[in-house]
Amino acid sequence: MTASTPAALPRPDAAAVSRTRRRTRPPLSLSRVLLWIVVAVVLAYLVFPVFIVAPVSFSSAKYLQFPPPGWSLQWYENYLNRPGWVPATFVSIRVAIITTLLATTLGTAASLALVRGRFPGRNAINSFMVSPLVVPGIIVAIGIYFFYAQAKLVGNPLGLAFAHTALALPFVVTNVSATLHGFDERLEYAAMNLGANRWQTFRRVTLPIIRPGVFAGALFAFITSFDELIVALFVSGSGAVTLPRKMWDSLRQEIDPTIAAVSTILITLSVAILLSAELLRQRSERIRTATWIAEEEELGARE
Amino acid sequence: MTTVTSEIAQAPRAAQMARFARLRRLEQWRYVLLLLPALVFLIAFYGYPVAAMLTRSFSEPGWGLQNFEPLLQARSALDAFGLSIPMNAYIRVFGITLQIALIVTVFTLLLGYPVAYALSSVSPARANLLMILVLIPFWTSILVRSYAWMVLLGQEGIINQALIATGVLAAPMQLLNTRLAVYTGMIHILLPFMILPLYAVMRGIDRNLLRAAGNLGAAPSAVFLRIFLPLSLPGVAAGCLLVFILGLGFYITPALLGGQRDVMISMLIQQQISQLNWGFGAALALVLLLMALAIYLLFTRLLGVERVFGSARA
Repeated sequence: MTASTPAALPRPDAAAVSRTRRRTRPPLSLSRVLLWIVVAVVLAYLVFPVFIVAPVSFSSAKYLQFPPPGWSLQWYENYLNRPGWVPATFVSIRVAIITTLLATTLGTAASLALVRGRFPGRNAINSFMVSPLVVPGIIVAIGIYFFYAQAKLVGNPLGLAFAHTALALPFVVTNVSATLHGFDERLEYAAMNLGANRWQTFRRVTLPIIRPGVFAGALFAFITSFDELIVALFVSGSGAVTLPRKMWDSLRQEIDPTIAAVSTILITLSVAILLSAELLRQRSERIRTATWIAEEEELGARE
Repeated sequence: MTTVTSEIAQAPRAAQMARFARLRRLEQWRYVLLLLPALVFLIAFYGYPVAAMLTRSFSEPGWGLQNFEPLLQARSALDAFGLSIPMNAYIRVFGITLQIALIVTVFTLLLGYPVAYALSSVSPARANLLMILVLIPFWTSILVRSYAWMVLLGQEGIINQALIATGVLAAPMQLLNTRLAVYTGMIHILLPFMILPLYAVMRGIDRNLLRAAGNLGAAPSAVFLRIFLPLSLPGVAAGCLLVFILGLGFYITPALLGGQRDVMISMLIQQQISQLNWGFGAALALVLLLMALAIYLLFTRLLGVERVFGSARA
């Protein structure tokens, strides 16, 4: 339990800590009340704008008006009927799926190499692979734009997916690497000793254990692509107009509540994804903690 | 695998060692093969395009440093491009960008620290539940969140209408397209990037240290200032540098929420590229990248990137 490895804290340990903490909860003091008031205000600031969009999207008013004078689904009808919105949604979904598949596959393989391998230049390659996280989006966007103008890839959904894959790779690499760091390699040796080949070992032993990291990375990759705007602004042309690009174009013209409808759909989607991820995580944690406690009890009984 | 090991067992010792060494080298080659597809892909669709774009700052329209001169001499920049922005506009854009990134960093820290502190002091189960409130905006697209602020801050927006309805204001106030709107939106968008690393570090602090200090007679404020705060500094450093770097490159939010005068570097680059000033746009991109890189290096020195981003996952 050192302060230097917070992310690598073994789960069971955290559970044990929480058990002791519950017993010694600090008394409710004035400073704690103040602290929680501040926390409530900040959390409200974080969440309120996200949820204000929904009532606007159901408004019956012709323009932005709050509170809405009445309710209607006209903006959702607009989204479905006005040209461009639905096709843009499908382009976005297609690009995001290709990105997710590419980034997750390439990124997981690369993470295995970066965490396990001991070859020269490993750290430099690792830095290069995560650098798209911090390189400003506009720099990548104009680089890709010049490149695609030459390669005739402007307006090509596949081209956009390739660019998004470069942006999404760091998320996969960091998430998978994090799970690989806590991985007991002896499990793989055991599998291979028992006659499994490398692929079987990966498929049946390694992958199930690192699955949370792979899953998180894939989720990040999908969202990265689905929400990406800056690269899309430059290279989507007229053939690969994504949903963010379409929203941007119409935002520049007018603040039309159609965007509120689209935004509400997107927010619902991300909340649903987030909640299901959280539920999955909690379930896997419960299972892991349960096995740990069982193992500990077994050990205790043996002693 | 089994046939290989039995072969090894029968070989003489020296040959056996040589074989092990060879297998180990082979193993490293396997890793290189695993890495290669991602590396080639990233070079093709990220490394090469960005590098080629950056070299344009020296090669377009002709070889030389002419693209960097406008940044040094504001007066000549005006003559060269005949732009209608006021004198030393480029330097001002860099100044504005740094100022916005800095102010946003300070405010995300001031707002994020208490939240991370409070969340790290409750049970992990409850903290995870509250963390959902941080993660919902984190997972919502920047475009959607910027739009939400347009809805809130607009002339006919919710805040103005509420202020008028309650009699605080007689006429709507200009909130949208101001610097304040840029700050409000950017702080909102970047706050989770501050809270997540802070929380990860604070969760790792051994609470027994705090109890020990209290037992030894330290007042609660002293326990916080002399024990907790210093131990949380790695998280502060990670969060600040992360928010600062991301803030430097912001484009969408200032473009939607800011006014005519709130031009950040990314917007200037986009403007130059769309005006076909490719060389100068690339030069601006190079300067922006160098700024981000300098901070990034500082950041990775202080803390592994992996740990911060690894802990930021849902």
